[in-house]
Amino acid sequence: MPTRRQIFETRQRRRANLIAAGSTLAVVLAIVLLVPLAPGWDRVQRSFFNGEVFAKTFPGLLEAFLLDIAIFAWCAPLIAALGLAVAIARDLRTPALYPVKLAAILYTDIFRGLPVILVIYLIGFGIPGLGLPRPWNSPYIWGSLALILVYAAYVAEVIRSGIESIHESQRAAALSLGLSTSDSMRFVILPQAIRRVVPANMNLFIALQKDVALLSFIGPVEIFRQAGVYKSLLANFTPYVGAALIFLAITIPATRYADHLMNRQRKARS
Amino acid sequence: MTTLSLKNVRKSFGGNDVLRGIDLDITTGQMICLIGASGSGKSTLLRCLNLLEPIDDGTITLDGTDISEPGFNPQPVRQRIGMVFQSYNLFPHMTAMDNAMLAPRRIHGLGRAELEPRIAELFTRFGLGERMQHYPDQLSGGQQQRVAIVRALAMRPEIMLFDEITSALDPELVGEVLDVLRQLRTEGMTMVLATHEMGFARELADTVCFLDQGRILESGPPSQVFGAPQEARTRAFLSRVL
Repeated sequence: MPTRRQIFETRQRRRANLIAAGSTLAVVLAIVLLVPLAPGWDRVQRSFFNGEVFAKTFPGLLEAFLLDIAIFAWCAPLIAALGLAVAIARDLRTPALYPVKLAAILYTDIFRGLPVILVIYLIGFGIPGLGLPRPWNSPYIWGSLALILVYAAYVAEVIRSGIESIHESQRAAALSLGLSTSDSMRFVILPQAIRRVVPANMNLFIALQKDVALLSFIGPVEIFRQAGVYKSLLANFTPYVGAALIFLAITIPATRYADHLMNRQRKARS
Repeated sequence: MTTLSLKNVRKSFGGNDVLRGIDLDITTGQMICLIGASGSGKSTLLRCLNLLEPIDDGTITLDGTDISEPGFNPQPVRQRIGMVFQSYNLFPHMTAMDNAMLAPRRIHGLGRAELEPRIAELFTRFGLGERMQHYPDQLSGGQQQRVAIVRALAMRPEIMLFDEITSALDPELVGEVLDVLRQLRTEGMTMVLATHEMGFARELADTVCFLDQGRILESGPPSQVFGAPQEARTRAFLSRVL
């Protein structure tokens, strides 16, 4: 037998759901009915939502996307390693190692302060310009390096914020046992810090997956470039829509997962 | 025979004088209780003994060696002096067993297999035999504090420092932690406690030191400090807490 309160809340909830569904339906209907009334709709539909072009180009786009995944796959571990190293370097307290700390600070300042595309241009065109022999003039190498340098700077800052979020008492407890400062860092502080910033780092890696497309500006024919090729070939923009769908198929689930992790962490901490 | 000896120890934090000339001798087998109001310098004194805070002036000697000399490597000293904190400070990402094994593994280079029987025995002795594979957040406050004590004991320290270790506990959990201290006392462990548990200090301490504004205002056997305090401030403090 439900209580008075439960009956009231059930009724409230049903009402709220009904209103939400009704207003959503109204907006969708308005878009579906009104947009085609726009004077240019026929042209837009032909050049952006062309089913025939979509079917013809989608397999090729998917294949080109494998290159995006490959670039992501070799960049991600290097970014994680470099980001961790820089984060640790920024936390160094030994005076003799100050130059390393200073270099780490400069590095993060510079690479967080530049647009990714600019770094890709400077490194991707600049270094092969030295006249290096094959394969050392490959845009894959230098484009990837540009992504690694930029993203490792962000990852380093995220990890450093994680290190700083670990309460000083943990360090004191580790030191009081007689552990060295480096052992305290390695076994006590870092494992907690890295766990704490997993969701934030996941968001960075989702951004990286999208920014891989920027390498197309210096040569590699990945999905964005491939879509451009199809566009020129077929005089139609539909391949770009196809490429967008492929990106979303990866990034939306990944973003949702990161949000889920972040929520779980917030709940665990409260 | 271990002797930890303080002479005229001073410490200030940004112009705030927390310790203003402490003299104290701690010898093997002794139990010393530091009592006094919050902010009287009890915790700071313990942190200085373990070299977690460098002192500004005076000396701390351990078996005749000046360990307070600037630049002195604190690690070997900390390995001989265990410390337990008010807020437990267990490592949350490790089981109770791993918390206790970390320091001996890293410092003495011992393997898990060698260490496990000895540390399991410690856990069992303090009523944690069923709990050693649990993580800190699966344990009650009293259990966590006992794990913290085991973690410090795992290094086989010669002296143990306890910084108000029952102050963060619910009243019904205080007893189980004090029982551990009683047990250590009967085993002859050298201990220095900062505590608000006056009954406990009175029952077990060899020496009670009343700290007031960074000085040891009065010290002596508990019967004297609690029974016939000489200083007006000691009397005032005791009348507030007893």
